[in-house]
Amino acid sequence: MVLELQKPRPVWQIMFSTHHTDVGYLYLVFGITFLFMGGVLAMIIRTHLFFPGQGVLVSDSATYNRIFTVHGLTMLFLFALPVANGIGNILVPIMVRYKDMAYPKLNAIAFWMNPVGAALLWLGFADTTWVSYAPYSIIRAPGPAADMFIFGMKILGISSILSSINFVVTILKCKHPDLPLRRVPLFAWSMLTVSLMTIVAMPTYAAALIMMLTDRLGLSGFFNPFAGGDPIAYLHLFWFTFHPEVYIFLLPAIGMMYEIIPRFSRKPLYSQASGVFAFVMLGIIGFASWGHHMYSTGMDFTTKVVFMIGTLAAVPASGMHVFNFLATMWGGRIRFSAPMKFAIGGIALFFSAGAGGVLNSAMPLDFITHGTYWVVGHMHLFLIGTIGFGFVGMIYYMFPYITGRMYSEKWASAHFVLMFWGSVQMLYTQHLLGLEGMPRRVYDYPVEFTSWTQLNQIATVGGWLLGASFAIFLAVLIYYSAKGKPANMDDPWGIGGKYYYPVAAKNPHGGHSGY
Amino acid sequence: MGHDTAEWVFVGVVIAILCYVGVDSWIVQKEVEDVPANAEVIKVTGQQWYWSFEHADGTKEVSTLHVQKGHAYLFEITSRDVMHSFNIPDWVVFEDAVPGHTNHAWFAPDQVGTYPIQCREYCGLLHYNMRGSLIVEDNGT
Ligand SMILES: [Cu+2]
Ligand SMILES: [Cu+2]
Repeated sequence: MVLELQKPRPVWQIMFSTHHTDVGYLYLVFGITFLFMGGVLAMIIRTHLFFPGQGVLVSDSATYNRIFTVHGLTMLFLFALPVANGIGNILVPIMVRYKDMAYPKLNAIAFWMNPVGAALLWLGFADTTWVSYAPYSIIRAPGPAADMFIFGMKILGISSILSSINFVVTILKCKHPDLPLRRVPLFAWSMLTVSLMTIVAMPTYAAALIMMLTDRLGLSGFFNPFAGGDPIAYLHLFWFTFHPEVYIFLLPAIGMMYEIIPRFSRKPLYSQASGVFAFVMLGIIGFASWGHHMYSTGMDFTTKVVFMIGTLAAVPASGMHVFNFLATMWGGRIRFSAPMKFAIGGIALFFSAGAGGVLNSAMPLDFITHGTYWVVGHMHLFLIGTIGFGFVGMIYYMFPYITGRMYSEKWASAHFVLMFWGSVQMLYTQHLLGLEGMPRRVYDYPVEFTSWTQLNQIATVGGWLLGASFAIFLAVLIYYSAKGKPANMDDPWGIGGKYYYPVAAKNPHGGHSGY
Repeated sequence: MGHDTAEWVFVGVVIAILCYVGVDSWIVQKEVEDVPANAEVIKVTGQQWYWSFEHADGTKEVSTLHVQKGHAYLFEITSRDVMHSFNIPDWVVFEDAVPGHTNHAWFAPDQVGTYPIQCREYCGLLHYNMRGSLIVEDNGT
């Protein structure tokens, strides 16, 4: 039961392969690389904000604006999506008992669009913010950065539509006939849900990008108020895609927790049916709440109420996931290996992020929090706290299967403790900063606001702890994939034989397989 | 308690909390949006990177806004270039300034003092420095 990847092969053989585990491996390496590149930008931002009025590290706002823009784009589209796709590529065909993805060549093409998109985003280094609201992105954002941003996002969007089609067909059409859909493991269900959501949501943004491009070229004025257009239209198109996209980032992490929690609790999952139901519910309700990003754009009272209800409606389904995890762990003989630690940490932070989200969606409170550091803290509780913890746990979980070696539990624990502490310190403090009124996306703030300075410094220390935890992660990944002890492939964590691991795949390039 | 009962109870409790949050914020928001009839209009215009104000009597101010304690004011907010967001954090005044649109917010300060005004929507180079101040005075009127 080994991923054949651990056998040494020339790099070009992996690069030109269309086999799902190879493509998955490429996605993982790509995503983890950009995790660290985006992380360096985050460290610059946090360190800069430690010293108000001094221009430490970044001495002009133009550069600062570009840094936080590219940080956001990198973490969302070059880290979160590729890592989910990587793990999905490796596991989904195995989970539905098929030899590969439905369209292997399309799969490889979808992956290879990512480096192209990444190059455009990083070489352009736009300053539009990742949301790139009109009319700033049209009448003021400097080219060619903003144009390269448009083309980069376009390519990444097409890539994610192609790979989503591939996942949907693989799961629905190529699944083994003996395997009823409702029995398909929940991680595959999460990939099915987010793939369908991508196919519905992404074309809207793709259209908005083209409209933005022609607006920039002066050929049209869709979102340009000085040419008869309306910037609010851009906000609707953008958030129609990107509120659902929040779930597209989030649900694979929840799916990964469903892989980890029952095995390390040494108990069957509490309820497969409720997990499936909650995924499908979130997939549908995710489309009913985009307007909560636009309460302050002059939206009338009734529309606000409708979007508030749509937002709150997503909470019970998220709660069902949490309940499912807790009920699975209840009374289990839990083994706190690294994957389990990260999964549990992720659930805790997911819960607090959800609670904060309920407060945000309440209309009057949104007017206090919107556009402040509260939102930065809130969304990073999802991005670091849930997605980060889920993905990192899953990467530790896949580690022995991919490398054939075992990581060090001790260093993984150090990573976990620092990451959890750092996240809590940084993100909760950012919530408080928001309540103190500090706007987000600011290069500098007045030195005389002492409470802002203090809270920023506390948050930055948390950020440094987070940075240290990821330095450990990088060292663990590199050192133990070369020098780690050979893993016991049948049961790397000594959980006991009857808890099967789904990771087993055949290599097209010959050799045996313990399948 | 059975397998399913526990989950139903849990979901029920969550939905009850949500209903409370929803109804409560409906009530509060209704109050917040109920503009007093005697509110005096102040036109607010955002542009890269400062705020300008025009009072009902035609007086104009830039960056600094003077108002009277105990009066209600209705802001008519718009922008001359890109999106901004007009924000007086201490008085929970917050509404986007969108070119081509006029948005509204109101407040009635009941305490004299000086309060920061800022921009809360990214608007480019000097967004961080798009600051002003609100001065609430008491003329005994
Ligand atoms: Cu949203
Ligand atoms: Cu502004």
